Amino acid sequence: MPQPLFAFLAALAIIAAFGTILQRNLIHCVLGFALVLIDLGVLYMGLGAVTVGFLQIIVYVGAIMVLFLFVIWLLNVQADAGVRGGGLGLKLLGAIGAAALAAELFTIFFNAPKLREVRTIAPDFGSVATLARVLFSQYLVAFETTSLLLLAAIVGAIALARRLVGQTARIAPPAPRSAAAETPPRREVA
Amino acid sequence: MTPISYYMALSAILFAIGVVGVLVRRNVIVMFLAIELMLNAVNLAFVALGRRIGSMDGQVIVFFVMTVAAAEAAVGLAIIIAMFRNRETVDADELNLLRW
Repeated sequence: MPQPLFAFLAALAIIAAFGTILQRNLIHCVLGFALVLIDLGVLYMGLGAVTVGFLQIIVYVGAIMVLFLFVIWLLNVQADAGVRGGGLGLKLLGAIGAAALAAELFTIFFNAPKLREVRTIAPDFGSVATLARVLFSQYLVAFETTSLLLLAAIVGAIALARRLVGQTARIAPPAPRSAAAETPPRREVA
Repeated sequence: MTPISYYMALSAILFAIGVVGVLVRRNVIVMFLAIELMLNAVNLAFVALGRRIGSMDGQVIVFFVMTVAAAEAAVGLAIIIAMFRNRETVDADELNLLRW
């Protein structure tokens, strides 16, 4: 991948990632994250991992992000306080700690001498056939275990999200809050 | 050509942004998105290093990480739905039933 293109994609990814964690409207957060995912998919394709790049866009942006949007709309969540409000100490500590972590990782990765060499790859590197050959020979057991994991996830999600017959919408009363206490109960979740 | 170390640096920055997101936001859905952001930062490192050593293993691992992320999203969002149904909030600070 040429360097100006990489610089553009990297800047876009960082801006969109900050947008993901800093915006107040949840829909904007999810859309920012979708932008990060598409951006990373393009980076994968630039690295030769074409199949994984397309899978990233189809599975992540097409399925998981839609699931997020669906849940946000289902819950009818209002925009929250964003990064403002409560727990200033933790936020300050978190920002400093994360900056230190980034600096450390940055220094380690950026100064690793072997990572500076650029190696040419085979023309079919990252194609569907090459990926499938590794996936269905060396990693066959892990692949089959994955289907078991997805089955367990489906059953678990349904068991967690369904409402039992006769169960009331609210089990515990919400914590006493000045503003929330007066508002009438919201429309029940289907 | 861009050296692989640039990709690793981008991966580190994205991971740190994800850490900040989990720590500074109290909204459970945004915290969840930040965790997904960290997963994707590590995926980028896998793909870049796999490209460096000319092996497909990194991409296969990314495939598995995507599967686990999908399962995690399904279960996590179901937990959020159950939590919203019981407490009518998605604020992590309000879930203080077990706090001493």
